[in-house]
Amino acid sequence: MELKFKEVIIEALEIEDREILMSDKFKEFEEWDSLAQLTLIAELDDQFGVTIQSEDFKKIQTLQELFDHIQKVQ
Amino acid sequence: MPLLQFDQVGIVGMAAAVPENKVLTRNYTHYFPEADVADIADKTGIEERRFALEGTCASDLCQAAAEKLIQDLDVDKAEIDLLVFVSQTPDYRMPATSVLLQNRLGLSKQTMAFDLNLGCSAFVYALSVVYSLVQSGHIRKALLLDGETRSRAYHPKDRRVAFLFGDGGIAALIEKNSKFGKSFFSLNSDGSREDLIKIKSGGYRFPSSADSVKEKVIDEHGNISTDEHGTMIGSDVFNFVIQEIPSDIKNILSHASTEKGDIDFFVFHQANAFMNGYLAKKLKLPLDKVPSCIRDFGNTSSVSIPLTIVSQLQGNLEGRKKLLLSGFGVGMSWASAVMEFQDCFISDLVEV
Repeated sequence: MELKFKEVIIEALEIEDREILMSDKFKEFEEWDSLAQLTLIAELDDQFGVTIQSEDFKKIQTLQELFDHIQKVQ
Repeated sequence: MPLLQFDQVGIVGMAAAVPENKVLTRNYTHYFPEADVADIADKTGIEERRFALEGTCASDLCQAAAEKLIQDLDVDKAEIDLLVFVSQTPDYRMPATSVLLQNRLGLSKQTMAFDLNLGCSAFVYALSVVYSLVQSGHIRKALLLDGETRSRAYHPKDRRVAFLFGDGGIAALIEKNSKFGKSFFSLNSDGSREDLIKIKSGGYRFPSSADSVKEKVIDEHGNISTDEHGTMIGSDVFNFVIQEIPSDIKNILSHASTEKGDIDFFVFHQANAFMNGYLAKKLKLPLDKVPSCIRDFGNTSSVSIPLTIVSQLQGNLEGRKKLLLSGFGVGMSWASAVMEFQDCFISDLVEV
């Protein structure tokens, strides 16, 4: 599932030609902005059936935290 | 979720009026750098909006649209028995704007007139109310007016909302006639999400005061607004759309025993290009069946569905056409309809 999660992140944020790590702070990615957030919300809903509220999004920093949150609420 | 159904009631014709005053998104750089603004235009798909000049109200835009429609269809005003005005930007807190419009349009004193206060869902909601009254058989002609001056409801220094909203007004003439087919409505509300889109002050819970008009920093990004202006939590609005709208559309299709393939046009509330793209993709709709006017007019709240019909579907509504309408937003409130249009007349767009 972690592999699929990473694929979803790469797809949603249109990350090209680089690896991402679960310890990455994704909001610091150059691809990150409000629209990227919406795209990610839509993809996570599609792929994992999880919607993430903005209050939760504010607290989440790393991809690992996002992944853990998805598993918790799934 | 009441599922309503009507028969032999339909829209005879529609007209829309927008302010002449055009605001180009990429030139709207008073408070934010040009590069940021261009980026916002790219992402929202909103290139132009119409801003009503000071002194012009939503009702003025509706009045212009109504006069055009009455003239084009050669309507006998004495036959208009019902006038409903839909807006969240009325002329006054009282009296109701619909009553003022009865007089300004020169309609008879026997006209039944009232306002409906809802946002992006309002056109579909109002259609269901008007259809219900018209189906009773005692109303010869009904005029549904729906107008907004949303450009004024949001602060220009709050980048989350400053580049989205525009103004417009529409008129729709509705009648009972055996030529019209069936229509189906799904109407919903969720007040637990009241904070997602809100203007806090100006009502009686938080009356306007010296404090409510003060500019203040409202978030960690340094956006500035006042309690008299609208705020929006965009990502949670999107969550709401994801959770509620595709399923509501599936429900209304099923209630109407209609397949997606039977629908000629899917007209969604025009929030931004991203939202429309999401819904089209999620519901697997061909893009040529999903008309949009977001590029030219931005988000005009309840006006956006009828404004899309008038500005994009003129010449495409001859004969019998099946449309699916879905409006969703402030409240939160949402409504979807499957309806048959029969030779619906569309006036040329009016500029005021």
